[in-house]
Amino acid sequence: MSIFKKLTRGNSEESLEKKRQKMDAAVEVENLVVQYVTSSETVEAVNGISFSLAKKHTLGLVGETGAGKTTAMLALMNMVPDPPGVVKSGTVKVNGLDMRQLTPAELQNVRGSEIAMIFQDPMTSLNPVMSVGEQIAESIILHRHLSEKEALEEAKKMLAMVGIDPNRVGEYPHQFSGGMRQRVGIAIALACNPTVLIADEPTSALDVTIQAQILRMMKDLKEKNDTSLIMITHDLGVVAELCDEVAVMYAGRIVEYGTLEEVFNQTKHPYTEGLFNSLPNINSRQQKLQPIPGLMPDPANLPKGCAFADRCAYATDACRSGDVHIQHFSDTHYAACSAYLDPAFHIQRGY
Amino acid sequence: MLKYVLKRILMIIPVVIAVSLIVFFIMDFVPTDAAVTALGDGASDEQLEEYREAHGLNDPLLVRYVRYMAGVLRRDLGTSYANNMPVWDLFFKKFPTTLMLAASSVLVTVILSLPLGIIAAVKENTLVDTAASTLSFVGLAMPNFWLGLLLIILFSVKLGWLPSTGAASWKSFILPAFTCGTGNMAALTRTTRSAMLDVLKQDYLRTARSKGVSERRIIMKHALKNAQIPIVTMIGIQVSTLIGGAVLTERVFALPGVGSFLVDSILKSDFEVVTGFIIMLAIFVSVVLLIVDIVYAFLDPRIKAQYSKS
Repeated sequence: MSIFKKLTRGNSEESLEKKRQKMDAAVEVENLVVQYVTSSETVEAVNGISFSLAKKHTLGLVGETGAGKTTAMLALMNMVPDPPGVVKSGTVKVNGLDMRQLTPAELQNVRGSEIAMIFQDPMTSLNPVMSVGEQIAESIILHRHLSEKEALEEAKKMLAMVGIDPNRVGEYPHQFSGGMRQRVGIAIALACNPTVLIADEPTSALDVTIQAQILRMMKDLKEKNDTSLIMITHDLGVVAELCDEVAVMYAGRIVEYGTLEEVFNQTKHPYTEGLFNSLPNINSRQQKLQPIPGLMPDPANLPKGCAFADRCAYATDACRSGDVHIQHFSDTHYAACSAYLDPAFHIQRGY
Repeated sequence: MLKYVLKRILMIIPVVIAVSLIVFFIMDFVPTDAAVTALGDGASDEQLEEYREAHGLNDPLLVRYVRYMAGVLRRDLGTSYANNMPVWDLFFKKFPTTLMLAASSVLVTVILSLPLGIIAAVKENTLVDTAASTLSFVGLAMPNFWLGLLLIILFSVKLGWLPSTGAASWKSFILPAFTCGTGNMAALTRTTRSAMLDVLKQDYLRTARSKGVSERRIIMKHALKNAQIPIVTMIGIQVSTLIGGAVLTERVFALPGVGSFLVDSILKSDFEVVTGFIIMLAIFVSVVLLIVDIVYAFLDPRIKAQYSKS
């Protein structure tokens, strides 16, 4: 490492500590708005979400494709592709660092070491012309300041940890199966023992049997390393298995938030209810699946009022105009649903 | 891998046979009598006939072809009547100059085009992108000989920094390299730009970014390494074209290279030289393409794996 590099790195590490504020939670997001702006349209991907993630907890981020889950998480790392992505407003704090106020050098210091991400598709998220060892070692060299040789030794340990023969450290991604590649992806993310880990549908591209293995491994590693985890998924089974809290996202908003218990057993939002109803039930196999009718609105052209109203069996005229009412059911549980303005309102599930 | 390379080397043989056959047939159709060109208009019919018999020109085409190719294996490409020298020796007297010009002008192209292409891709659809593309197209649009003359006027005549003709030292190659190299800039810049644009959209760059890798390293290491295959292919094509001779550039700077000598020989009907030179060029172009193929394996482990399988 050149002296210049050492100096700049040292500086950004120092300035990072100056910028760090005291914070109890691992992650705090407030009123985050992210849009993709092109000359022809503005896609409102994330429309004012707020949540916090306690240390060592796991938050499940649930919702269908296009709900803004991945965009929100990229914003967490200040990695929304720009252009066309623009973080319009909001604050994102990770370990007391306001991610939007950091310089590029400071961000590079935080990414990989304090917050890391596992990506959805293991077939495309690894660099095809770098050996898996190099790819794991890269962040070790960057953040733990080890020599290349030492870092490769560490990479071997990481491979062993995720259940891959350490002797394969010099092999390339095309020599691994999908499940193995996702293990490599996990090894990359965990290489510097980040305190916050984002997993973006880490198992959706894998076989069901492999899914279970990967999930178990993530759970073990998370407990071993005291990591706070945000799990993006549309698989409610995964949520039930791993998560402490659940945030259900729809059209760029969190429509229901609560503990696992609350969201699963005391479901409040009609959309969450729809998600549960669309699951097959082994006890009544004659019964037809009940999909949620319609499609999510085009995020480039969101309707006024509640974005779910057009697909919602309970929707009234009030839902289609004005701001959506946020109803709190406990300190930890809320739903964004104007129907609760009527005290007698309840959804069918659980009754 | 070694097996693949050997196989690839063997594949040069049919290429050389095909090229030499074509050249041989074309030369046979040319209505110039080798005996007349050698002995001159004043020669008597007997003298001409004697010459033809002595040089085997009366034999059937295929017999002459086989005899010629057998000679090639013994490094005998016949004798140039105009220079009274073995063609083999002539070729290797001219070839270093051509090789030097090819290498130096490709170097210029690469040094100019890679940064332009990379910047254009990273700053896609901005003013920088447009400027980079425009610059490379200016290189393409300027006629070689004209740019060469301008460079001579400025650097040789006005400033007196660089020689304008000959191949006496490495300095003599600077102006020709620029003249030739800028012509190839557009193609390589565009190739680099589109290859980089392709790669810059890939998911694995996001992975690298999430590890805290700097933008500079993401572009120069992660992205560029994946964009190298089309870039190397284009460089290979340009080198092979240049080996065939940059006739105009050689002319303008009076470089004694293969290309302009070949054109001279055609004009003088020195067919032994034409045939021999073209066969030798075919061999060297094949070698360049072979090198490009081998380089692929070092750039992309997936290609290496394929080579090992085949």
